[in-house]
Amino acid sequence: MALPLYRKRFDLPLAKDPTSRFLTWLTALIVYLAALALAGALVVSDMARRWDSGLAGGLTVQIAPLPDAAASPLNERVEAALTVLRSTPGVKTANALTSDDTARLLEPWLGPEAADPLLPMPRLIDVVTDGPVDVDALTLRLKSAAPGATLDDHAVWLADLRNFAGAVHLAALGVVALIGGAGVMAVVFAVRAGLAIHRHVVELLHLMGATDRYVARQFESHVMSLTLRGGLGGLGLALATLVGIGRASAGLRASLLPNVSLEVWQMGLLAIVPVMACLLAMVTARWTVLRTLETLP
Amino acid sequence: MIRFENVGLRYGTGPEVLRDISFTLPPGSFHFMTGASGAGKSSLLKLMYLAHRPSRGLITLFGRDMARAKRGDLPALRRQIGVVFQDFALLDHLSTLDNVALPLRMSGASEADVVEHCTEILRWVGLGNHLHALPSTLSGGQQQRVAIARSVINRPRLLLADEPTGNVDDGIGMRLLYLFEELHKLGTTVVIATHNEALIRRFDHPRLHLENGRLHVMPAQAARWA
Repeated sequence: MALPLYRKRFDLPLAKDPTSRFLTWLTALIVYLAALALAGALVVSDMARRWDSGLAGGLTVQIAPLPDAAASPLNERVEAALTVLRSTPGVKTANALTSDDTARLLEPWLGPEAADPLLPMPRLIDVVTDGPVDVDALTLRLKSAAPGATLDDHAVWLADLRNFAGAVHLAALGVVALIGGAGVMAVVFAVRAGLAIHRHVVELLHLMGATDRYVARQFESHVMSLTLRGGLGGLGLALATLVGIGRASAGLRASLLPNVSLEVWQMGLLAIVPVMACLLAMVTARWTVLRTLETLP
Repeated sequence: MIRFENVGLRYGTGPEVLRDISFTLPPGSFHFMTGASGAGKSSLLKLMYLAHRPSRGLITLFGRDMARAKRGDLPALRRQIGVVFQDFALLDHLSTLDNVALPLRMSGASEADVVEHCTEILRWVGLGNHLHALPSTLSGGQQQRVAIARSVINRPRLLLADEPTGNVDDGIGMRLLYLFEELHKLGTTVVIATHNEALIRRFDHPRLHLENGRLHVMPAQAARWA
């Protein structure tokens, strides 16, 4: 006995429509672009989260090498700054980074040559806070104890970073919305074309007692099949693109780029894109058919 | 079964193609519908199988006033009407069995029932060896029998046929009319629109005669000798 669930039989010969192939390819393209836009948003989210967790609740003191011969040696000024910092209320820990640590931080910009001892490198002090710190007063005390010291409380950086991440999210959402809108229009066009091509069959089914939902289901199933096929193709292509970009960025010697590779769960999240595209297409197809059939008596 | 009271029909802003149509078809009756080409036979049938709404007048179908029926109620009513269209209206991409199965599938019948009933009825109309043939490979008479099988597969209460013998020779036409007779004996109300006088005179049924958009109901004997 045939299982109705697997019966691929349509009363309407939709598979031969010229719009069928077009809808599959279009969905592949739409899902590809939407997946890349979402992947971009995820990468930026990750980057912002990493920077945010790394910078929030901390301060950075930079002590620059001074050309003035009368100035104290750099190491002495670092020690003086550490003393000031460790006696400041709200400061939990204050640790000076070694020259190697500093060179590693600058490597993305300067390359392996950042470790060259001939380069006049500043010294950095990483400060972790556990309460409010009077930044203005601390700045004055640091400048007095260690000339050439500057204090960065990261607030400006973090605000800019959060604004940037928000803007990228909005842009990604906008891109996905635009792509979704284009997809909806394509489905409406394809379904209307199908209804026009098979008008005599639709009218016949209608006269034989088919409900509007019965006819709509035929279009829904057809559109689901096309968009799922196209969507999976588009997703596969997008994942391949992301893996390729990840490998290319990992191979850079001095990378200025953030980590653009996605976690497995994020890749899984992208799998929702073709499913959502498919559901949106089905709902659109049903709505279009039902609205069109309302004109029949 | 069906009652028309002062029904009129016009297409758009054109003249009335049907005027003051009034008649009653009792359950289990058999009527021929006659009239010259353009007299309005197809239009009257379309009103009966709910393809059009009348411009005026009252239609009562299966005891329901059609003017008050909601659009959502019409599919269930249409499924109680079997229609044999003049051009057969078979779907070329579907097999004989799938064409006949359409009304059953619309009603939500199981696939096992669909196959069993369709096979049975196609054997009954003499097409048991053509279950999986496409309509384009069948002769006109065979296609007509597929159309008839499809129209009765759901055991309709009302069977309407528009020129069912128009595309076949008299021999096949006669066999088709005997098929309708058998359905009538099973209790189906039958209306057959035709202009084939020779065939009509062999059967003793009343006639709905259309002339210039007006209807004249002729009893069986009068119809036979008209």
